Amino acid sequence: MSETTMNLTLKIWRQKNQNEKGRFVTIEAKGISTDMSFLEMLDVVNEDLTRKGEDPIYFDHDCREGICGMCSLYINGQPHGPKHGTTTCQLHMRSFHDGQTIVIEPWRAAAFPVLKDLAVDRTAFDRIQQAGGYVSVNTGGVPDANCLPIPKVKADEAFESATCIGCGACVAACKNASAMLFVSAKISQYALLPQGQAERWSRAQAMVEQMDAEGFGACTVTKACEAECPVGIKLTNIARMNRDYFNAKFFKEETVHH
Amino acid sequence: MSSFKEAFSSTLGKKLVMSLTGLFLCTFLIVHLIGNLQLFKNDEGFAFNQYAYFMTHFGPIKIVSYLLYASIIIHALYALILTLHNKKARPIPYDQKPGNKNAAWNSRNMGILGTVLLVFIATHMANFWWKFHNDQVPYIQYETNIETGQISAIEMPAEEFTDYKEFSQDGVEYVQARDLYKQVEFAFENPILVAFYVLAMVALSFHLIHGFKSAFQSLGFDNKKWIPLVKFLGIYVFGVIIPIGFAAMPLYFFFK
Ligand code: SF4
Ligand code: FES
Repeated sequence: MSETTMNLTLKIWRQKNQNEKGRFVTIEAKGISTDMSFLEMLDVVNEDLTRKGEDPIYFDHDCREGICGMCSLYINGQPHGPKHGTTTCQLHMRSFHDGQTIVIEPWRAAAFPVLKDLAVDRTAFDRIQQAGGYVSVNTGGVPDANCLPIPKVKADEAFESATCIGCGACVAACKNASAMLFVSAKISQYALLPQGQAERWSRAQAMVEQMDAEGFGACTVTKACEAECPVGIKLTNIARMNRDYFNAKFFKEETVHH
Repeated sequence: MSSFKEAFSSTLGKKLVMSLTGLFLCTFLIVHLIGNLQLFKNDEGFAFNQYAYFMTHFGPIKIVSYLLYASIIIHALYALILTLHNKKARPIPYDQKPGNKNAAWNSRNMGILGTVLLVFIATHMANFWWKFHNDQVPYIQYETNIETGQISAIEMPAEEFTDYKEFSQDGVEYVQARDLYKQVEFAFENPILVAFYVLAMVALSFHLIHGFKSAFQSLGFDNKKWIPLVKFLGIYVFGVIIPIGFAAMPLYFFFK
């Protein structure tokens, strides 16, 4: 594909800080290369703004290669833009056309308050992780190969759940701002492995409790999260979480001790 | 005990309530449809009216019917609680709506579909359940000649009717009953009501195509072997056969 340039109209959410009300601002982006990533396009716009002495657009990013989960833009009605299975940093301007208007919004959720412009506070996810998304019992040193009895299918499934990058697109996409896909992936990655068994039931309870405490919505199985998740986390994780949670609450001895 | 309370006040637990009440209502639909197929019998409501009496006077079924009313109320109430909770989870809406880009229309509009169904249930019960229980339906007497098997039906004046009765006299079997069948015939002469019933069944179809399989998801049931069956039942039985079966009833009487 040959490189061409295009002109775009950006409608961007701008908000000074957590307390102030935000609004949409229209900015023209001229001479954007189709080979640029979406974030590089914003870099160009920001350089322009800085030159003019204006406040650059604040947005989250880090690795810019689709693994850290920091980039978080809601582009034309979809988290991470129109392409499925990709993060905003991996989205290229060739997915848009010359003269197009692009509306960029921050993730919208009560649990993800806007910090500034397009950046939101996602520490709610950290707190959910801290509530139980780890193995705290001593599982010994690095085991010898093939010492742990785990079927390949389970290892694969656990690995797939573990690919969640914590970006929050599932919350952003869900009409209920539900975090179930994220939480269930984090629960599943241990629930499927032998090392995770010791704390399996307390973990499910603790993480669900924290998820509710953060004010995320409930799941209505629209599957928007699955469609928008950049790494393809499956809805079956949510079923597993439900199963583990009810199992823990109704049939197991362990409860969470605060 | 507190573990139970905790479980049911969580978002997952509230969905569990939605799931269980919803599935219970689904099983009711099967029974209701099969029973009401007797409306299609060309017997001036003989079988149907007897069935209506049985369904309202047989102890165990009465208990199930109270469970049913409770399920409807709880299902609607929890839907409301969850909707408010979910609205609170996103206080500032997006400017751009994704529409059908990442989720099916019915999955996003279960509340609207459910509200149509709730209004339908209220109308339906006012038309039949209320009238049947409050003696606002006509009465009928069926006479079966035991020798010839010939059945004739005559309307009974209200003064003569005391209660549902079955007795035989001089080689004739008598059944006196409330004529709910007549009420059905009468109600479905109204084209607006018929149209509303058909519309409600379209809503039912969309509601159940999403709801039935989602109920299993909320329960945590996604066994690879059985999920295809759940999906099949959700679409073809609850999304097609049952709504069409029910919609056929008002249409049958309207065009009869
Ligand atoms: S489940 Fe997918 S969309 Fe949600 S946080 Fe993880 S990677 Fe992002
Ligand atoms: S910046 Fe790291 S995933 Fe996009």
